[in-house]
Amino acid sequence: MHVHALDRFEARDSALHRSDPRLKIVLTLAVALSNAALPDGSWLAMGCMQALLVLAALAGGLRPWYAVVRSAVALPFMLAATTVAFVTPGVPVAQIALGPWVLTPTVEGLERLASIVLRALLSVQVAILLTATTRVPDLLHALGHLGVPSALVSVVGLMVRYLTVLVDEAQRLMRGTQSRSAAGPDGTGGSVFWRARVAGSMVGQLFLRSYERSERVHQAMLARGMDGRHLTLYGHVVRRRDHALAIIAIVGLIAVHIIARAIPIR
Amino acid sequence: MLEITHLHYAYPDGHVAIDDASLALRRGEKVALVGPNGAGKSTLMLTLNGVLSPPPGTVRVGGLEVAPPNLPTIRARVGLVFQNPDDQLFSPTVRDDVAFGPLHMNLPAREVEARVTRALAAVGMSAYADRLSHHLSVGEKKRIAIATVLSMDPEILVFDEPTAGLDPRGRRQLIDLLARLPQTMLVSSHDMRFVATAFTRVIVVDRGRIVADGPTAEVMANESFLVAHGLERG
Repeated sequence: MHVHALDRFEARDSALHRSDPRLKIVLTLAVALSNAALPDGSWLAMGCMQALLVLAALAGGLRPWYAVVRSAVALPFMLAATTVAFVTPGVPVAQIALGPWVLTPTVEGLERLASIVLRALLSVQVAILLTATTRVPDLLHALGHLGVPSALVSVVGLMVRYLTVLVDEAQRLMRGTQSRSAAGPDGTGGSVFWRARVAGSMVGQLFLRSYERSERVHQAMLARGMDGRHLTLYGHVVRRRDHALAIIAIVGLIAVHIIARAIPIR
Repeated sequence: MLEITHLHYAYPDGHVAIDDASLALRRGEKVALVGPNGAGKSTLMLTLNGVLSPPPGTVRVGGLEVAPPNLPTIRARVGLVFQNPDDQLFSPTVRDDVAFGPLHMNLPAREVEARVTRALAAVGMSAYADRLSHHLSVGEKKRIAIATVLSMDPEILVFDEPTAGLDPRGRRQLIDLLARLPQTMLVSSHDMRFVATAFTRVIVVDRGRIVADGPTAEVMANESFLVAHGLERG
């Protein structure tokens, strides 16, 4: 298993990398909320937001389109929104016959769909920038300092830590089955039902192994005096450049909203 | 330093893992614990710091009984290094993991920092403090796992199969490291060559019972005895 395949952190020494992780988390949420509050069809404001995100990528020492390209992973999830193109009342654009049904997308519906997709992509991009410029341990500590319940932070931390171990375990199981799944003289490798049963018991195996591992990890924690508290050595300090980043970001967001409301383009 | 008297341990399902075991370790002594799989070595080790509760009065560490009210002190005294370092390194970074024990001992931050630095230096991994645990090799993880208990300043170190899964160089480095550390040690192993070179005293366990306890050379000389207990000379 290539352990780095799951890491989205891009090691750089940039202004964004050096900023306080708590601030970055708060700003990420602020940008996502601000995006959600942008009205449908405020294309100029969305363009400005995109420009800000490109600037942020540059400030993080990344390629300008770094987050834009990566945000494409979220596109399949937006399929769920396609229905708004057809159910929003308005001026019909076309008629699509789909078996017994006739779908009529409207101008208003398409505009709303495009707005939903763009807003979502903008928010995904800011999350991508956050994970590209902040190490996972820093994110975890910051979440803790921001008052997220320690149990939740621990769960996320353990998940990140053991994801690669689990993937390894799953790959070993799969290799074990593959190397023993030879085809018979008739060329088949067992019925679909039989294969499904094998896959099912592999999932069960994986669960049992993970469960047993969790017991061992718990024992290791107890052995070092764990008593349920979440303790950490890291103290984060807010510095002057963090204030500067906060001010720039807030001014940017306000400007985007003024543009969205003052200059509606239809 | 460590005293076990008539220890009997059965799992909740009734399986008897340890049957009337008695042994004593002097301060600074390094002792190997050998025996076939399922002999009860790991169970014995887990009772030493109360992860599994031994019956009252059977296990004492530095005169202190292993019992619920003493557990925080006992766990600082007995450092347990698990066989699989992935089970022991559960924190995101190496520094977090090495600091885990001292932080739970309620030490001030500066003291914790000092202990982390010292423990990592002792295992030769000072440059690794800010690395992520899941990016390390098995040999590196093993040494960090030892640092995670050294940072608690234990008086006894207990190792479960320390050389398992290591390549020859990693194994060599680990053996040198164990020889350098001054603590009292109880080390379980199947690696008889390692046992023969690194320990002067060996305890043989089979089916939950201690069947031999004496100088390594003496125990190793009796080949038929070793074979009878599922072992062989290294």
